[in-house]
Amino acid sequence: MTLALIGQAALNGFLFGGVYSLMAVGLSLIFGVMRVINIAHGDMMVWGSYLAFVLALRLGLDPFVSFVLCAAAIFCMGVVVQRALVNRVLNAPHEMQILLMLGVALVLENLALVVFGPDTRRTESAYGLATVWLGPIFVDVARLITFGLALALSCALYLFLFRSDLGKLIRAAADNGYGALVIGADVERIYMVAFGIGAACVGAAGALMSALLPFSPATGFAQTVTSFNIVIIGGMGSLLGAFLGGLLVAVAESLGAVLLVPSLKELVGFVLLVLILLFRPQGLFGGKTT
Amino acid sequence: MLLALLVLLALPQFLGSYLLTVFIFIFFYAYLGQAWNLLGGYGGQISLGHAAFVGIGAYTSTYLAMTYQLSPWIGMLIGGAAAACLGAVIGYLGFRFGLRGFYFILLTVAFGEICRLVVSHVDALGGALGLFITFSGDPWQFQFSDNRYYYYVALGLMLISMGIAALIERSRMGAYLAAIREDEDASEALGVNAFGTKLAAIVLSAFLTGVGGTFYANYLFSLQPNTAFGIPLSVEIILRPIVGGSGTLMGPVLGSFILSPLAEVSRTYFARGGLSGVHLIVYGSLLIAVVLFFPRGAYPYLRGVFRRLPRRGAPPPFRHLPPGVARAKPAPERPRDP
Amino acid sequence: MSLLEVRALSKRFGGLQAVSDLSLSMAEGEVLGLIGPNGAGKTTAFSLFSGFLAPDSGEIEFRGRSLVGLRPHQICHLGLTRTFQIVRPFPHLSVLENVRVGAFARTASSQTAAARARQVLHEVGLEAKADVPAGELTLAERKRLELARALATEPVLLLLDEVMAGLSAAETERIVELIRGINARGVSLLLIEHVMRAVMNLSHRIAVLNYGQLIAEGTPAQVANDPRVIEAYLGEEYAGTAPG
Repeated sequence: MTLALIGQAALNGFLFGGVYSLMAVGLSLIFGVMRVINIAHGDMMVWGSYLAFVLALRLGLDPFVSFVLCAAAIFCMGVVVQRALVNRVLNAPHEMQILLMLGVALVLENLALVVFGPDTRRTESAYGLATVWLGPIFVDVARLITFGLALALSCALYLFLFRSDLGKLIRAAADNGYGALVIGADVERIYMVAFGIGAACVGAAGALMSALLPFSPATGFAQTVTSFNIVIIGGMGSLLGAFLGGLLVAVAESLGAVLLVPSLKELVGFVLLVLILLFRPQGLFGGKTT
Repeated sequence: MLLALLVLLALPQFLGSYLLTVFIFIFFYAYLGQAWNLLGGYGGQISLGHAAFVGIGAYTSTYLAMTYQLSPWIGMLIGGAAAACLGAVIGYLGFRFGLRGFYFILLTVAFGEICRLVVSHVDALGGALGLFITFSGDPWQFQFSDNRYYYYVALGLMLISMGIAALIERSRMGAYLAAIREDEDASEALGVNAFGTKLAAIVLSAFLTGVGGTFYANYLFSLQPNTAFGIPLSVEIILRPIVGGSGTLMGPVLGSFILSPLAEVSRTYFARGGLSGVHLIVYGSLLIAVVLFFPRGAYPYLRGVFRRLPRRGAPPPFRHLPPGVARAKPAPERPRDP
Repeated sequence: MSLLEVRALSKRFGGLQAVSDLSLSMAEGEVLGLIGPNGAGKTTAFSLFSGFLAPDSGEIEFRGRSLVGLRPHQICHLGLTRTFQIVRPFPHLSVLENVRVGAFARTASSQTAAARARQVLHEVGLEAKADVPAGELTLAERKRLELARALATEPVLLLLDEVMAGLSAAETERIVELIRGINARGVSLLLIEHVMRAVMNLSHRIAVLNYGQLIAEGTPAQVANDPRVIEAYLGEEYAGTAPG
């Protein structure tokens, strides 16, 4: 176990963390605005991955380009799910919302299974194997590009929420749905857009990640759990927390895989989740309230 | 009631082997659903990690049988006790630290997954490949050459779980669980030990689920961490009471009579065509439909249809209550003191 | 020995001193009214007495036993039960089932608990609604249900948090009679109330809180003429006149 190896793992994890952050930001946005927990998050991601895969296979589009299309497609998926289903249970007890989303997750996952089959896939990218050496450690170019794109998308989302009128309304709705209602905003439209953007984030993350990691319909649930993990670590509803949490979890998982048995890296995530739930349910970066 | 019991007792004489299997699944999942219902239905503490209790119970009795030739009939109780211990740990942590709703669900998921991952890495338990039971046909080893015996064991389990649920429903514990589900703080003001009651419920629920694990192992003859501890099994367990009507005695049974044949038929039918995911799509759609149209489940709905008057314990769906009441937070009459 | 003995009780929320150095004493059988402007710390004091909040410092003794550190359900079993200002019925349970939960504090038998619950429902005049889901009651009925549930626990001391708020004059009159009857049976009462006529009528003594501090204590007549009390209410809803 050399220092270089550990440094390598930390860097790999950090660069990979961009997509984790993007995925968690999407979940956190949906929760922040609607107080709905999107259990189908990871499955929406898998659909993003498959779209990128199909676009690469049929049209030869690189996932680093096609992620825009994937994000748009999953945006539409999110809008439909919100309009047709989530909208009807906004005032129902939390358990009911969770069961509804569990139903959506089951449908999405198994629809992917029926359409694409159970095999593990990976999207081909021109940069898949390129590396740049920096002294004793190397930088995986695909991860670097992914990180850059994820960061750019997160910044774009931040600018949208804090600079544009619609974004400001979304934030107002997140703070207080009735407040936004009173000032005359169309809350339903805001919810729809917010859910769509949250879904688009995870769709883009899915497309980008499909070049880095193999995926199958069954990986959706694990990604959902990872997203929760990150969002809870970062503090429910906090976008900055979700972004930082994504980097943290990715580095922790990557180090866990090097320092422990590689297949136990998932275990690290779950143990972390239990500890955070018990001792800091408001998240590491969150405020005082949950 | 008695008539239904007689019919169920006589039924195996007339059923073919396929239908017998379907009934075994109906009873077994009704049993697991009822065990979940004690905590999740009556008490409102939703666990999405109940497969962990099945897995612990199944692995315990199977390991003891394979290593020490201990009869699974005894191992069943030890497995139940082991599951109850895990339930006590989850309950103690979750309830002592005040995790409610979504946070409690996540805790149960995390514990289920931790168990799955740990068992996958223990070589003595067969690792990721799991354990395989060789068939001996010895009833003392919980193995029967005639499926009809499995039928009666599964029926017995279901009836026992219904008996326990009926007793609890009528007892102080049942009243306390319902009060906790509705409003935990208000219940504490009335002398309800919410922590103790919830802990007792999860321990009992875990014990019964763990006992079911032994049946699971000895009916399927094999155990894999991914199936015995996996989320899909947990989903199977919670679906039946929720579809049938959670927090009611007949809910899990009715839910299982609806879902288990559906699952069995679509599994065999679609798997043959290579469409192995279709039955889960059906499940997912059903879950969505139940939440949107019958949020209290089929049983209260059917009962409401048959007698127009609402009865004790058969509350109307939340959306029919006056606004603000269902979430127990009506607008304050005047600002609260800080 | 007094029934309830509160000494130097304090509770702080962030920058707000909600209850400050509060000392109170109640005798067996007494009705004590706790009044004060909004935000004076009355409900916080109730939450401290009933174990829903832990005090920062101070002592609460009930029948010679310290309550500090006990959970709400333990305090209820000792004979001190509170109601909530914002009533919290179990909406999907029937009225009878609601009250039965309280009755179970004194018995494990379902029959005894149900019988006791019926008796209490009769007492508060809700027996006709016994089988109705609590979520369907009117506000006045829910207030009476809140009272019935607390009564079913057979308290020695009952803490009533604004059971008259939002009620009509006639409904208030009925609740006042009800409360008087409860006290006549030997149950001591601590009332938070904004309906001045009712609280002045019912209470043997009155304690006035302002900014978390006890500013006056005495018979209704003494308190009504206390200049500090009048000043505390000045600019509030009773500006310029004595309370009542």
